Amino acid sequence: MSSSHTAEIKPSLYGLMAEFESPDELMIAANRAREAGYKKMDAYTPFPIEGLDEALGFHPSRLPLIVLIGGLAGVALGYGLQYFISVIDYPILVGGKPYHSWPAFIPVTYELMILMASFAAVVAMFALNGLPMPYHPVFNVERFNLASNDRFFLCIEAADPQFDQDGTRKFLEQCQPAAVSEVEP
Amino acid sequence: MSSVARPLSQEPLTSGEAVPPLIAPGHTYRSVTEKISDVILSGNIPVSWFLGFAISFMLVGMLGFAATVLLMIGTGIWGINIPIGWGFAIINFVWWIGIGHAGTLISAVLLLLNQLWRTSINRFAEAMTLFAVMCAGMFPLLHTGRPWLAAYWLFPYPSTMGVWPQFRSPLIWDVFAVSTYFTVSLLFWYVGLVPDLATMRDRAKSKVSQKIYGMFAMGWRGSALHWQRYEIAYLLLAGLSTPLVVSVHSIVSFDFAVSVIPGWHTTIFPPYFVAGAVYAGFAMVFTLALPLRVMFKLQDFFTFRLLDNMAKVMLATGLFVAYGYAMEAFMGLVYSANTYESFLMKNRMTGPYGWSYWTLILTNILIPQLLWFRRVRRSVGLLFLISMSINIGMWLERFVIVVTSLHRDFMPSSWGMYYPTKWDWMTFAGTIGFFLMMMILFVRVLPAISIAEVRHLLFEEKHHDKNGAEEAAA
Repeated sequence: MSSSHTAEIKPSLYGLMAEFESPDELMIAANRAREAGYKKMDAYTPFPIEGLDEALGFHPSRLPLIVLIGGLAGVALGYGLQYFISVIDYPILVGGKPYHSWPAFIPVTYELMILMASFAAVVAMFALNGLPMPYHPVFNVERFNLASNDRFFLCIEAADPQFDQDGTRKFLEQCQPAAVSEVEP
Repeated sequence: MSSVARPLSQEPLTSGEAVPPLIAPGHTYRSVTEKISDVILSGNIPVSWFLGFAISFMLVGMLGFAATVLLMIGTGIWGINIPIGWGFAIINFVWWIGIGHAGTLISAVLLLLNQLWRTSINRFAEAMTLFAVMCAGMFPLLHTGRPWLAAYWLFPYPSTMGVWPQFRSPLIWDVFAVSTYFTVSLLFWYVGLVPDLATMRDRAKSKVSQKIYGMFAMGWRGSALHWQRYEIAYLLLAGLSTPLVVSVHSIVSFDFAVSVIPGWHTTIFPPYFVAGAVYAGFAMVFTLALPLRVMFKLQDFFTFRLLDNMAKVMLATGLFVAYGYAMEAFMGLVYSANTYESFLMKNRMTGPYGWSYWTLILTNILIPQLLWFRRVRRSVGLLFLISMSINIGMWLERFVIVVTSLHRDFMPSSWGMYYPTKWDWMTFAGTIGFFLMMMILFVRVLPAISIAEVRHLLFEEKHHDKNGAEEAAA
């Protein structure tokens, strides 16, 4: 592809993707890209790599807070349910036990806390990640199926203010990748 | 860990030698991916797989038959009577739910404790948990005789009768504990599967497989941002599952301990049930994983180091259980001033069901002591036999608890004996068939070992080696 066409295809480009053979090379490239001022980028790896999120400049996730809220909602739901049933709507006297026999309500409250917190963790994780997402531009790269196997990818997106097709490509090539490919949207 | 990459050999280690690796040497990310996913994608199905499927499928047919007859006639076809109102149904329920506990222990507790060796076994053990809890769940449903009429006192929904469940009963706690346990285990298992489903999607050859794996992979693309949240979610799920697993078997033990029957009414039940559950579960992991390891040639991942570690956990939990038995005997025979308690213990040891108590001690306590020997922990055949002994022993434990406590209670005129009928045996064998069938199908359609986690483990081991080498050089 000649560079004279660059201006025309630029809006129709999702980004540039570099392929690396090892997590260490990817890590170096990610650190360099952040230092070079790139903001809109992501890495794709076959297993989680410690520190890669910081190298790419990501912020810590809000997920733990959501899980805490889910757990507290479970407590309220579990205890409220039992209180409503055993005290308000259907009070039965069994062996002289008080209607509001709170120690007996702990196990169910506890289970519902765990249940709701777990649902919160899973649903929020998928929702924050924007999954399920059947289509994503990165899948257009032919060798991207190796991102779930043994290759490590760094994609700098065209939406980044610093993105410039030739400059970014040169930058990525300096990081000694196995290949640099254009990602069609 | 040592930096010396010692080739894995079968001879026992002498102390002072380097610890063998968790994965056989020479593996790369790609070889790990291919080795595990090719079990499914290569299409080479061993004859033993078909044989196992055929046998387990026949047993499932038997389960269907026994359940149909039960629903048509009623629980009168079982051996239960008064005084033994709880027979095989509760014995099998507790046995199955206990087996499930090892899966959660391996996947959650050992994750929190940063035990890397759990990696190759956790997916498999989690699947075992799910199927064991399914088997467990069948018994409470079937033992109502008319499950379709049982919903209104099991689950709190606004029924037209205007009645609600009784929340002061441990049986209702059990409904919530078991259903929460199943749901959370399923979530945990699925979250762990998503990256591997993406691998399967990317490696599958046929369009149909690509579509199905792709659908369940939800478009997972291994983004670093996604991994960040994924790891937090996974860790939190492990943190939530750990107290859950303890609570589930504690609540199961409350079914007994909250009653006033001698032999049941004891505070040692919750911890001793939880330890017994983990013990039973590890035994079942061995029973299933040892044949699977050979069937699909996965020796590179189910290494001797893994087997050795698992055997040690099994031995330790077995000793907890032994302590529980000893404490029960001490309380019954020495400590308690209650006539009924001491009678129960004497009757348990020397009464008409004495054979079950002593077989329990033999299979569950004495035989597993062989695990003290390293030579035994590294022998596949002996491990398999010991695990079978524990499976039987743990079933007998529940038999002893349920039957010997009930059959001679406070009043001699109400004493009786319990004889399971062929329907009891058919239902029990049927659930074993169901469990095996599900496991056999599972290893054919989903990666039985977490590929993403094994890659990660490989990465960590490599880095360890590199750091070790640098330290040595410095």
